[in-house]
Amino acid sequence: MYIREQEEQTLQEVEKKQDKNIISDETIEYVGILAKLELSGEEREQAKKDMKEMLDYIDKLNELDTAGIDPMSHIFPVNNVFREDVVSNGDDRENLLKNAPETKDGSYLVPKTVE
Amino acid sequence: MKEIRTFTARKLAEKIKQKEISVAEAVQAALEQIGSVEGEINSFVTLDEEGAMKQAARIQKEIDSGELRGPLAGVPAAVKDNLCVEGLPATCSSRILENFVPPYTAEAVLNLKKAGAVILGKTNMDEFAMGSTTETSAFGITRNPWNTDYVPGGSSGGSCAAVAAGECFYALGSDTGGSIRQPASFCGVTGLKPTYGTVSRYGLIAYGSSLDQIGPVAKDVADCAAILEAIASYDKKDSTSLNRKDRDFTAALKDDVKGMKIGIPRDYLGEGLEPDIKAAVLAAAKALEEKGAFVEEFDLSLVEYVVPAYYVIACAEASSNLARFDGVKYGYRSREFEGLHQMYKKSRSEGFGPEVKRRIMLGSFVLSSGYYDAYYLKALRTKALIKQAFDRAFETYDVILGPVAPATAPEIGKSLSDPLKMYLGDIYTVSVNLAGLPAMTLPCGLDEKGLPIGLQLIGDCFQEKKILTAAYAYEQTREWKNCNIQEVSA
Repeated sequence: MYIREQEEQTLQEVEKKQDKNIISDETIEYVGILAKLELSGEEREQAKKDMKEMLDYIDKLNELDTAGIDPMSHIFPVNNVFREDVVSNGDDRENLLKNAPETKDGSYLVPKTVE
Repeated sequence: MKEIRTFTARKLAEKIKQKEISVAEAVQAALEQIGSVEGEINSFVTLDEEGAMKQAARIQKEIDSGELRGPLAGVPAAVKDNLCVEGLPATCSSRILENFVPPYTAEAVLNLKKAGAVILGKTNMDEFAMGSTTETSAFGITRNPWNTDYVPGGSSGGSCAAVAAGECFYALGSDTGGSIRQPASFCGVTGLKPTYGTVSRYGLIAYGSSLDQIGPVAKDVADCAAILEAIASYDKKDSTSLNRKDRDFTAALKDDVKGMKIGIPRDYLGEGLEPDIKAAVLAAAKALEEKGAFVEEFDLSLVEYVVPAYYVIACAEASSNLARFDGVKYGYRSREFEGLHQMYKKSRSEGFGPEVKRRIMLGSFVLSSGYYDAYYLKALRTKALIKQAFDRAFETYDVILGPVAPATAPEIGKSLSDPLKMYLGDIYTVSVNLAGLPAMTLPCGLDEKGLPIGLQLIGDCFQEKKILTAAYAYEQTREWKNCNIQEVSA
């Protein structure tokens, strides 16, 4: 009886773990907004599957005890690099604008943003 | 002409200096080889034949006048397509940057030009350096010169294939999680990823900024040292650039490993490693031991956590870095859209390929509110533990020796359907980027299919010289001293 209970409990835990990373339509919609990507129906289903697989795998990190460990973003200390507030580069406007999809009067042209 | 393309960069520069070969002849030799194999290999995204001949004339004058004397003067080279070269397209092998022509040159390329390099063109890569096979390029796959049914590795697959096929004498690549070392290993050439901050990232189109480093791909260890010496510099334009004083890397080219302590992580030799690779790597260790190095196995630990930690951090940084591609200032803009936000979304969705979208989505997710602590900070904490594990190892050892990848090059078309499996192939390379360490790879044998096997040597931060010495000493024991130029049957 005791063993049976334990087995059921383990099974529940396994199921819970498997379910944990199921990506809902809402989640993928939200991530699409953050990522500024518009996915087709097929791409969305693939993205849900791919993300679940990756997250299941990434969950392996939870085996590690990282209590008291500071997150390390850079290996070496990153310091601000200051300089005098003097312009040192030339006016490269024309060159830079050459790469723009659309320009107007020496500026980047974008769709109307404010009504 | 055929003989020229088998020369190492340093040997060619010497012949040019002695006036046995002109710079123009060297360029022509490379262009001839490109002409005969490029249809099969496809190493290049952009080729600049006319520009190369003009550079050759100018550099020849500077050599003749004695202005240019360095060990790379006049040698034709190729540059990975995520590095900006003024006037040449920089596509990152992506549709979204198909028409982007940078108005400036990357600092590392400027340094190469100062050393007298002739830039032949830009090499193919996985889109935005995301991939391990060069199959995610929007401009066609690159084939491995050793066997064209196989991939060259990635993401610097074009650079490594070009060197292996004799299309250039050396190349620049970039390494975020093994993108120089793994393709160099698959193509039987020598590659080096320097300590983070050694080479300026100014003009390198960013993937994972805390991990990215530019480095050389060459035919032998001495060439790698000379190229690194040329490209390493302190640059105020890169806030992570380090002002190192010890940039005389060629001084480390000594055939002397007596007393050097070399550790082999036992965790790098376990399950999943192909037996041919294990045997070749251990034979290389034995060769160094016979030269007087002290070699032993040890437990590095945490090896199974490096790939998940890496993908969280790299994708998080990528999602932020690639936010700039929005169809406004440069790159592709969708033709039909309603309003600004749809323009962003459609331009990006049509411009990026599947692997790039996959990583941007994952990166956006792990950085999103509610998941940031559980995934992103957890990965950064794991990174701290990985760094500590290396610190402990380098208290005992001068150099860590191991394989580059668990397998040799896969066949074309076999990798992209299972991304997770492909990512697991990065197990021996990504930890080096997480810990900011220098590492190099050089050929140490062939597997049963006749494909190259790479040896990886990892050093502590700033210890490029130790790995160069170990690599140089090993290279002297190898019968096959320079990389074989692969005769591609087109």
